Amino acid sequence: MRFTEHPILDFERVRGREVTIYFEGKPIKVYEGETIATALHAAGIRIFQHSTKKHRPRGLFCAIGKCSSCLMKVNGIPNVRTCITLVEEGMQIERQDEKPVLPKTSKPPKWKEPPRIEADVVVIGGGPAGMMAAINASDAGAKVVLLDENPMLGGQLVKQTHKFFGKREQFAGVRGIKIAEILSEELKKRDIEVFLETSAIMLLQDGDEKLVVGVRKNKELVEFKGKTVVVATGAMERMIPFENNDLPGVYGAGAIQTLMNTYGVKPGDRVLIVGAGNVGLILAYQLYQAGVKVEAIVEAMPKIGGYFVHAAKVRRLGIPILTRHTILRAEGKEKVERAVVAQLDENWNVVPGSEKVFEVDVIALAVGLRPSIELLHQVGCQIKYVPELGGHVVIRDSRMETTIKGIFVAGDSAEIEEATTAMLEGKIAGIGAALAAGVASPGWLKEVEKTQRELEEFRSGPFGRKVLEGLKKVVVE
Amino acid sequence: MNEIPHYLREGYLTVEELKKYIGLPSEERLRQRPVAVPECPQEIPCTPCKEVCPTNAVLMEHPNAVPLVDYEKCIGCSLCVQICPGLAFFMVHYIGDKARVTMPHEVLPVPEVGEEVILLNRVGEEVGTGKVVTVIPREKSKGDTPIITVEMPVELAWEVRAVKVVRE
Repeated sequence: MRFTEHPILDFERVRGREVTIYFEGKPIKVYEGETIATALHAAGIRIFQHSTKKHRPRGLFCAIGKCSSCLMKVNGIPNVRTCITLVEEGMQIERQDEKPVLPKTSKPPKWKEPPRIEADVVVIGGGPAGMMAAINASDAGAKVVLLDENPMLGGQLVKQTHKFFGKREQFAGVRGIKIAEILSEELKKRDIEVFLETSAIMLLQDGDEKLVVGVRKNKELVEFKGKTVVVATGAMERMIPFENNDLPGVYGAGAIQTLMNTYGVKPGDRVLIVGAGNVGLILAYQLYQAGVKVEAIVEAMPKIGGYFVHAAKVRRLGIPILTRHTILRAEGKEKVERAVVAQLDENWNVVPGSEKVFEVDVIALAVGLRPSIELLHQVGCQIKYVPELGGHVVIRDSRMETTIKGIFVAGDSAEIEEATTAMLEGKIAGIGAALAAGVASPGWLKEVEKTQRELEEFRSGPFGRKVLEGLKKVVVE
Repeated sequence: MNEIPHYLREGYLTVEELKKYIGLPSEERLRQRPVAVPECPQEIPCTPCKEVCPTNAVLMEHPNAVPLVDYEKCIGCSLCVQICPGLAFFMVHYIGDKARVTMPHEVLPVPEVGEEVILLNRVGEEVGTGKVVTVIPREKSKGDTPIITVEMPVELAWEVRAVKVVRE
């Protein structure tokens, strides 16, 4: 089902021409601009594949191309990430139930002489950090190119309907979706070349320069050569262990936001949210705004982890928050039909007899994120495990330069924090990358220092403490 | 380990907590004109309320400080209610045996002036009905958030923080 009205969003604007795709041979009317996964959801299709060994049903989980739970066969080609692949007239979509094989007629992309795009700074990722890096590197005098594997710019901003915190000069009081628009506009003004639907699959040293190997629209190779690179590849959702956590209907919180806020597709009728951090709390509010019933938010910790004000917003709309509760299992045959939760005692053991059953068709996991460091890892940046920062992260200096000269990092791929700090880090990394490329005047150092002070100020409260502790372990001079 | 305050265990402030962490305006002040009350007891990095206030009535020593309002300086303009990203600012005004509470309303439908609405307390329980007396629609709101002022019995002024619009 698609929404037609919403207190914040206007979906008619994003829906393009009506086209027909075929799911297992049956025609479905969908809109251009939608991803395959979104379009299938709107048509009520939740099962995208079956696991090859035990044939368990699988559906959408992350919706941003990172988890492979949505892989399907599209026009005969298996393993297509349907969550970031846009629908096209006449597309044939099939469930992937066997070990996938490429059809004999299909040819892999040619490695010979792919188009090569040259720039001073190559930015990987078009979220808040990447866009700010690109804008600021450009302002500092660099020729910039940016690539992102999603069909639109903005990263996770495109689904954030809430207003941002911080200072007004840092976009406080402005909705995430609006910030995405503003930053996209700024990129355009600066003639920054943008490659969407382009996955960076490799990051290499090429003499003193860097080479990013991209694949556009799943088939075309493109090389990006830069003097320096900013990696702003974001994060991916964490999963927690519980029985049947792979059932279709168990989603990462971000996937629900994508369905609901980016494409205006109803994720389900009744939802249980796991995790009362900011993501879980904001999601609950957004579901209510979209007219979806949230049965409860469960949180294993004894207190609400996100901002109190986000919790107050959902409480006064009647959504319960059960602290010291966890999910025991999902139940259902082919998809989620129920969730069983229970109370935890002070030693994190389940309190016998405290089980509660919620009749829900959606379980949203808002249990944290981990940085997407794959490219940084592959190119050989020094990695360290720092729980305070969300897991494995790269060692960097105060200008966000990693242990490989000329490779910078920013945003959630540097450490799990929030979009405001991602934007500030992006600015620092972008200017840093322009300086390292030798195209920016040293005067830009002042702007770096100013931004570092803003970051410091933002992190100076209780919510910044954990990140500051973590940063002590990875920031070197 | 420090005792976890009730509001962080449950997700809402009791009136007692509001008095303790924020402090309420005097009855006399409440009768003069609307006054802004921030229900924001936690230190978070956020400053739009302070930045938007035309009379510098929002007191914050640093960007992570808890906002407090100098109720005498507050002119009841509602800009903080409109801008607050946390939807945590409200205005209260006593008129006779009625109170008018101004609150953000980011759900559909947005009520109309004169419409009767169901009053919800801080945990979403229905505690009565009230009448909408002012609506600032989204496009006129400084912070892209519609705000509404609802008239209700004065004894509900510190309970009601949301409404439900029910239409046939």
